[in-house]
This record gives sequence, C-alpha cells and structure tokens, in this order.
Amino acid sequence: MIRITALGKRYGELKAVDNLDLTIDKGEVFGLLGPNGAGKSTTILMLLGLTEPSQGAVRVCGFDPTRQPLEVKKRVGYLPDDVGFYDDRSGLENLLFTAQLNRIPKAEALRRAGLLLDQVGLTADAQKRAGAYSRGMRQRLGLADVLIKNPPIIILDEPTLGIDPQGVREFLDLIVRLSKEQGITVLLSSHHLHQVQQVCDRVGLFVGGRLIADGNIDALSTKLFALEPFMVEAGVSTLDQNDIDSLTELFRQIPEVRSVSHTGEIFRIACTRDQTSAVARTVITHGYSLNLLQKKRYGLDEIYHRYFENGGTYGKTA
Amino acid sequence: MAKLPDDARVSSIRAIRTSAAREIRITARELRTTAARVIRLLPRTAHGPLETQAKHPFWVIVNKEMADHIRSWRFIILLALIALTCFGSLYTALNSIGTPKAVGTRGNASFFFLQLFTATDGTLPSFTVFLNFLGPLLGIAMGFDAVNSELNRGTLSRLLSQPIHRDYLLNAKCIASLLVIAGLFLALTLVTTGLGLLVIGIPPTPAGFLRLLAFTLLTVIYVGFWLNIAILFSVRFRQPATSALTAIAVWLFLTVFYPILIRLVAKAFAPDTASMAMFGPSISGSERTVLDLLRFAPGQLYSDATTTLLMPVVRSLGPLSMDQVAGAIPNPLPVGESIIIVWPQLTGLIAAATACFALSYRSFMRKEIRPR
Repeated sequence: MIRITALGKRYGELKAVDNLDLTIDKGEVFGLLGPNGAGKSTTILMLLGLTEPSQGAVRVCGFDPTRQPLEVKKRVGYLPDDVGFYDDRSGLENLLFTAQLNRIPKAEALRRAGLLLDQVGLTADAQKRAGAYSRGMRQRLGLADVLIKNPPIIILDEPTLGIDPQGVREFLDLIVRLSKEQGITVLLSSHHLHQVQQVCDRVGLFVGGRLIADGNIDALSTKLFALEPFMVEAGVSTLDQNDIDSLTELFRQIPEVRSVSHTGEIFRIACTRDQTSAVARTVITHGYSLNLLQKKRYGLDEIYHRYFENGGTYGKTA
Repeated sequence: MAKLPDDARVSSIRAIRTSAAREIRITARELRTTAARVIRLLPRTAHGPLETQAKHPFWVIVNKEMADHIRSWRFIILLALIALTCFGSLYTALNSIGTPKAVGTRGNASFFFLQLFTATDGTLPSFTVFLNFLGPLLGIAMGFDAVNSELNRGTLSRLLSQPIHRDYLLNAKCIASLLVIAGLFLALTLVTTGLGLLVIGIPPTPAGFLRLLAFTLLTVIYVGFWLNIAILFSVRFRQPATSALTAIAVWLFLTVFYPILIRLVAKAFAPDTASMAMFGPSISGSERTVLDLLRFAPGQLYSDATTTLLMPVVRSLGPLSMDQVAGAIPNPLPVGESIIIVWPQLTGLIAAATACFALSYRSFMRKEIRPR
C-alpha cells in the first residue's frame, strides 16, 4: 500500500530524513517508533504530499503524493498529533464539513457521521461545541474525522499524546479493531514504546532520520541483539571514579561480556551468555556491596534505549 | 379584436396562434436545453437540479467561510460601526442639502440625489470619506487571520489532508470575504438610497443609480485591496496579532503619513512665488507630479474615483490650465465618460489587489504545512 524508496528530506544542512526505504502492506498496523525530532512527522508529511521530498520516491496506493496529491488524499486519512477543529462548530458539524470536502452527499454523510460518533463514543456530545471537548474527546473526534471518508489507509501521528492511560488503551483498541474489521492499513507514529508494542504488527525504529531496523518485536530483538542477547544490571553502592574504572575493567574480564556501561552506580553489562552470577561474584569477591542485580530481557524499551544511546539525537550520554 | 371577424380571419388568426404557440414551445425547449448545457458546464454550485450531487468542495469552503464571517463578533461590530457612521453622514448630508443654497450652488438637479453620498454640513465627514477611512479596517479585520489562525488552531493540516487542491483554501477565503463585503456594501448603499429617498423624496435618475452601483463596485474593490494585503500578511506571519498590526501600520502609513511626506518633499522642491508668476506652466507640471505620487496610496485613488463617479460635474482629476477650461460648458458628464476618467484609478486598485493576492498565493503554495 505504501512504498518508500531512498526518501530524503533536508532542511538546509540538517538531514531530517535520510535515505529511507520502507514498504507497508495492506491491512498491516505499522508502528513508526522514534524519539522526538527523528523525522517521523516529516516522513508522514511527505507521504501526504504536504512537504516535497528532497530526493527519493513515495508511492501511496500506487500514486505519487507530490504529483497526484488528490488521489493520495482521497485514500489516506491523516490524524495529526494535535488535531484542530473549528471550535465554534459542534463535533457533528466538523465531521459533516470534512465529509462535504470529500464530496459525500449530505444524507450519506449524516448517516456515516452518526455511525462513527457512536463508534468513538461521542454520540452524547455530538451537538457540543468542539471547543468544549477535552483532549481525549478531540482525539476521538479526530479519528471519526479521519474515518468518515472511508480511507483504506490511515496515518496517525502521535495519536495518544496527552490522553490519560485509560483513554489511550481505549483509543488503541479502537484502532486495532477497526483495522482488523475493515482491513484498514494503519501507520502509527509514536515515541511511546508500550503502546506501539501493544498494537502494532510491525515496528520501524527511526532515529536521526534513518530507519535503523524494522520487523515485528521478536524479529527486531533477535536481529538487533544477535550478539548481545543478555543484559545484566548491577547496582553497586558508594563508589568513586577509581572504583568505577576498576569495576568496569573487572566486568570486562568476565568471559562472554561484550560491553559495559554505567549510569551513576548502575552498571549495564551486555553479554552473549547469561552471566548474572559471574557478575555478582565479581562484585562481592572484590569487596564491593551489591545492592541491585537484575537480568533483563530485551523488550522494545531496551531496543529503543540502545539506539537512543548509540547515535540517537541526544548523543552518547551513557 | 373588437370587430366581428369572418371565418377566413378567424382561421388565419388561429393559424397564426398555433404557429406562434409552436414557435414558443420550440424556443422554450431550446432555452431549456441551452440552460441545461450551461448548467452542466458551470462548476457544481449546489443549487437546483444538482442538489442530489454533493457540492463542489470549493463552494463548501466558501460557504463555511461566509458563515464564519457573518457569525463572528468582529464582523458584527464593524458592521455596526460602518452602519452607524453611514447613517450619521447621511444625516449631515441631509442637513446640508436641505438648504436651498446648497441646491443652488451644486447646480445640477438631475444628480441632486448623489449629494447624499458626498455632501456634508461640516460636523461629520461625508459617506465616501468615511468609507475611505473605514473600508480598509473592514478589509483588514476580515483577512488578517485568514491563514495563520487555521495554522495555529491545527485545522490547516487537517483541511489540507482532505482531497482538495491547496489553492482552494486561499481562493475560497478571498472569494468568501469579497462576497460578504459586496453584499454588505450593496445593502448599505441601497439602504442609504432608500432612506434618502424617504426623506428628500426625489428619486435618483437612472444614470445616478448606475453611478451608485459603480461606486459600490469601486468600494468593494478598494476594500478587496486591503483584504488581500491582510491575507498576504496572514500567510507571512504566524501570529495573527503581528499580521493585524503590520496591516494597520501599512494602512496608517498610506493614509496619514504618506500624503504628509509627499507634501513636505513637494514644498521643499516647489518653486517660490516669484518664479511661480514667471513660469506658469511648469507649476501645473510640479502639481501634477505631486498628485501622481500621492496616487500611490490606494486611499487617494479611491477618493479620486468616488469624487468623479458621484460628482458628475468633475471632469478632470489633475490640474487644468486656463486654456483647457476655456470654452467648456459646466455640464455634468455622462456615466460612461466619468467611468473613463476613473478607469486608471480602477485598474490601479485592481492591479494592486491582484498583486497582493499573487504574492500570498505564491508563498502559501510553497509553505510547508506542519501540524502545530
């Protein structure tokens, strides 16, 4: 449904998106995961033809968004992260306006709007001014607004930003249900790992304008951590710099250890085999006091953190 | 028909009638098909037999914009302001033309009615002067947040992700505002005409009425120019306050400071009285230059044009030398001639408005639309 090849976008010197290749199939829920400023929104704007790519090509349902924006916009529903409505109109009026822009006849628009408002749970508030809506309600109205044109693809840019946890869960459930029921392709961008983990079939990890990896969560973790599948966290109390250096050196000497890093008193030891007990032994036999020890399984969190650290926009802080 | 017709006449009349009826039927059918063809060619504007089909998105936006304008407090306040001043100036005009002296001096009785719009007894400026002053405010008020408020509310990216061309938005906003302005001024002129008619009891001549309509069109174009300036700033500046202030600054400069500036400079360069006596013709030349410079301000163009349109005795907008006036009969000009005199002013205003629109169009089309 969406095919991106060698896509790039520069703002002066800054490469917002750098040589991106991505294919999203029909009916998939794809999560675009990355920190703020990673180029997610820029990519989405290029998908919609709201920004011109500097290089590369985009095909949405076989159309080029820059050349045939209307064909693309007919088929793609887009929900920006902070969707705006005409505050002095009611939610229903806002929906009907969108429907009219899509040339849906009035009667049909009314019917569909009623149905969608019911689905997103806003029937009771349909006549209220959109300005009086809460953040969560606005976002749900936004979803109805996106769906009123019956698009085969919907693109959601940070859709859960600023909604309370309960609202987030309901919202995501709604998206997944709609996707499964109606076979809608969903592209969801977020920096909330857990939400992405919860709903997406496939995830693309986006850092510094590059897609570092994509696949489902399992594939992603095996791919990214083929060499370092285990991570041990050890907390050692009251240390000065010398201790830290010597401990780092000691951990390095444990067989199968690939890398050692630390934040404050917490060491992170990545290794190819489970070396938890070896780490504990090292700390204790050298007379330090161990106050935390845990073995980590790689979830999205770790995947994400790793890539934040290794070349993320915030630099190498760890 | 009064005579009793004989058989032959009856039958011939019948024949004529039936053939006439057939003619009418055919013509009606032709008219219908032509009308249908024309309607099919028109952009789908929603009315009549096309109601079953959905409206063209362009007109959807125009509708919405017009509704927004008419509902907005800003518009209602300005409307009240303009209506008030109009009635105020109407009152002073009536006061002044109530005196027989005024009728005598202003001469031509056939255009007596037009004085309603230009005359004043000195307490308040006349209708046209008021519009010259308040029209820009109306235009600015309707346009200064056209694009940036949509951007700030986050509705722009939602709107532009719908299957519409990007320029629809800008065009629709411009058209909607112009339609509202046109409706407003037409209504205002007609109401003023009606009230004046009630009070003075002399109807305007057809030519006078034509002049009124031309005057309304001119006002719409003049306000349209300011509207387009405001829209340009609304595309350029992200904050509505900035764009409003900039537009008002431009307005103040052009209406207040620019003429002062020109006159100052002109005074510095003007020949003194002694040489004035010696080189008569060159003075009219320097006068003309000053006037031409003043005409860079749209307010000057507007006041030139309204004067000519509403005072048919005005026959030139520049200084006239004695030999040009010699032999002229102080008669009013026909409408066509007056319009020819203001033609440069009219085209100037239209060109300025179009240039502003083109600039805003250009920068809007190339703008990157980010959600807020």
